[in-house]
Amino acid sequence: MSMVKKKFSTRRSVARTILLLAWSDIAAWASEPKPSSHGTNIFSPASTPAQSIADLSVFVLAITGIIFVVVFALLAYSVVRFRGRAKDANREPAQVYGSTQIELAWTIIPILIVVVLFLATARVIHAIQDTPEPAGAVDVTVIGHQYWWEFRYPKLGIVTANELHIPVSDPGHPTPTFLQLFSADTDHSFWVPELAGKTDLIPNHPNRMWMDPQRTGVFVGQCAQYCGTQHAKMLLRVSVDEPEEFAAWVQTQQKHAIEDAGAIAGRRVFERNACMNCHQVGGTQADGRFGPDLTHLMSRATIAAGAAQNTRENLRLWIQNPSALKPGSLMPAMKLSDADLDAVVNYMESLH
Amino acid sequence: MSSNVITAAVGQTEARPWVDELHQWLATVDHKRLGILYIGSALLFLAVGGVEALIIRIQLMHSHNNFVSPQVFNQMFTMHGTTMIFFVAMPILFGFANYLVPLMIGARDMAFPRLNAFSFWLSFLGGLLLYFSFLGGSGLYGAGSAPDVGWWSYAPLGARAFSPGHSSDYWTLALLVSGFGSIGTAINIIATILCLRCPGMKLNRMPLLVWMNLVMAGMVLLAITPLSAAQIMLLIDRYLGGHFFDTQAGGSAVLWMHFFWIFGHPEVYVLIIPCFAFMSEIIPVFSRKPIFGYPVMVAATVCIAFVSMSVWAHHMFTIGMNSYANSFFTLTTMVVGIPTGIKIFNWIGTIWGGKIQFKTPMLFSIGFLFQFLIAGLTGIMMAASPFDWQLSLSYFVVAHFHYVIVGGILFALFAAFYYWYPKMTGRMLSEHLGKWHFWLFLIGFHLTFDVMHVPGILGMPRRIYTYEPGRGWDTLNFIVSIGAFIQALAILVFLANLIISYFTGVRAGNDPWDAWTLEWSTSSPPPAYNFATVPTVASRRPLWDLKHPEDPDSRYE
Repeated sequence: MSMVKKKFSTRRSVARTILLLAWSDIAAWASEPKPSSHGTNIFSPASTPAQSIADLSVFVLAITGIIFVVVFALLAYSVVRFRGRAKDANREPAQVYGSTQIELAWTIIPILIVVVLFLATARVIHAIQDTPEPAGAVDVTVIGHQYWWEFRYPKLGIVTANELHIPVSDPGHPTPTFLQLFSADTDHSFWVPELAGKTDLIPNHPNRMWMDPQRTGVFVGQCAQYCGTQHAKMLLRVSVDEPEEFAAWVQTQQKHAIEDAGAIAGRRVFERNACMNCHQVGGTQADGRFGPDLTHLMSRATIAAGAAQNTRENLRLWIQNPSALKPGSLMPAMKLSDADLDAVVNYMESLH
Repeated sequence: MSSNVITAAVGQTEARPWVDELHQWLATVDHKRLGILYIGSALLFLAVGGVEALIIRIQLMHSHNNFVSPQVFNQMFTMHGTTMIFFVAMPILFGFANYLVPLMIGARDMAFPRLNAFSFWLSFLGGLLLYFSFLGGSGLYGAGSAPDVGWWSYAPLGARAFSPGHSSDYWTLALLVSGFGSIGTAINIIATILCLRCPGMKLNRMPLLVWMNLVMAGMVLLAITPLSAAQIMLLIDRYLGGHFFDTQAGGSAVLWMHFFWIFGHPEVYVLIIPCFAFMSEIIPVFSRKPIFGYPVMVAATVCIAFVSMSVWAHHMFTIGMNSYANSFFTLTTMVVGIPTGIKIFNWIGTIWGGKIQFKTPMLFSIGFLFQFLIAGLTGIMMAASPFDWQLSLSYFVVAHFHYVIVGGILFALFAAFYYWYPKMTGRMLSEHLGKWHFWLFLIGFHLTFDVMHVPGILGMPRRIYTYEPGRGWDTLNFIVSIGAFIQALAILVFLANLIISYFTGVRAGNDPWDAWTLEWSTSSPPPAYNFATVPTVASRRPLWDLKHPEDPDSRYE
């Protein structure tokens, strides 16, 4: 008896541990004090498209939830109620072949549910997809590359990578951002769950999406369409800035690279080697287009499309051996000498 | 009672040397042996695909895990998906169709026995070709590599620029070759059902399993052909300078998506309709009642077949179709839920007022009903295209379609194994091991696939070999992986049951379940010619009529 009890309590404690683990995890992301950093929960929207999707989702969840409860109860009831009993095992139950009325009822009710669901959905599709672009909107051209994002602001003359900056949108004076989506190679998908649903970037098939974030901070997301070896580390950061912050950021980005005399040795290494075939540094001879623009590299918090923090050690490791951070990345290992490596890292660190 | 049953003379089996026996299996054109070959080869691939799934789950157990490299991970999910769909689910269902359809319509074999053998060997060869890529993917001079383009091989990832070497050629050829096999089998099933029914078996007296396999075979013809066409176009692109899908030269990536999904979505119904068929045979027998609303079940099946041909682009809600197209495919996808819902209600109607016997086949059938209900409802969620803009390409979708394929199709298949194994081998599967199998698999399944919905809602995309810590995905993925191992354990119990019961199982006799369709009227296993005298039927349940001459079905139909 006591052994049975003990067994039982161990089982319970295992269950409790699992529950606790799950709970601590949930509590961790619920309570973590990160005022400026947002998660990727589709049910905590911060922008109109994400909000209307979340509203529709709750409605659809409610209806499917009701269907689930009703059918589940019906099924559970009939399984329990009509279980065979030993005492009348030899008698067959009444042989019923069907009932037109009942079958008609359970055909018509689902039809009505479908009509309601479809109309509610069609409204949201139209509201999100067919919104015209207002005059004050920010335009960004997004180009997906194998494992990184290129962002171009055609009206502002800015080129940057991996970390998108957009202004917060005041519902009174909306300044939404409209993205034109292109791909340079394979299919990708732009997904920042708290700002909007995802839209694919497909070669020869330009797409469009928009967002009007109403909270500031960094929103994270990542490529959602399998695009090759390093699909997993094609991360996305969208920094939603106050209007003044955004204006300041635009001003910095529009400038050429700062010429730092202390980093001239590194610049020489950069321009003598293949670096400049792929990377651009505004105002210098380096005008490659395969890799991210490095003109203002130090204004970004991460490198390698979010795979690592933008620190000196990571930069050094990345230039020396990209596979260490991101195996399968298209950046080659440059095999520089230690001195050259340090010089290039110095140069990178001068690109504010 | 058994004296009422038509019994066939059991042929004397003599001990043959194993070479003879092997030759008999390799050269067979008997629908029953081919059925078993289909099922056996599918079980082999199930084990392989299962190991690939476990590798995926170990890698994802926690963030920044380094169990396998990204290249290997990408190969694993590509091979897992391709294997499970093309070389497990389809062949195993074809195997059951092959075995059961002629027996259920009172025929002595399929309409084209040699085409049948040809089709099986083509499908099997396709599977071997796919796995040969591990050796020959780089052209035999290196270690080789399996395809890593995902099981949809979206353009232009499958083009030579992004997929050099031969790995995706093996993928293409495997699907092309096995596709021809599938088309052959589909033609065979249709011809058999339309031409070889025994006297008295009018279309409206066919068992629902036969009806549904007829519909399935028709869908195979419509779905596999565009896939084969697309594979040929891809080969032309890769080797003859074509530009159908070559975006670098102005080809269309979206065209490939349309080709793939106009195959891909009907394919889901190709897989699930035979499972509806199993349910429609097993639930009545273990509820001791005829199927509720036979004509409506047939109509709903045909309706699903038609509507499911117009839903494919719901796999493409994120590719930037215009709002009209998105609305259209939202509507058609929701509409397909109506006949599917009718089926669930009709099965409940069958159970209602019955006397349920909780044998293992019925346990798996009840599991199917609950899980298919949930899978259908998450399907409705994703049919609402804006909701899908969030859920698509995330782990929510992965959870959804595994709910259909594992919770639905695999549960139905297990029910079918426990139900028809006695007919195929003459021995019952162990009920004891069967219950262990059921409960372990049920727990493992729910641990894995219930929990897997959540990371999708929390923004975790599919097909990523690793993820960042601090997103709230770690614990969830850990639980999902634990569930996968419990499922693997349950599968081992199942395989052990198949083997042990073959030697030590209780003798089944002709009709262990007191069932009503023709296959139970002959011996277990049936002789090569199936029936000594071709039976004549007068209703949908010929054995009911024999067992209850005072109250035959034929009086009411």
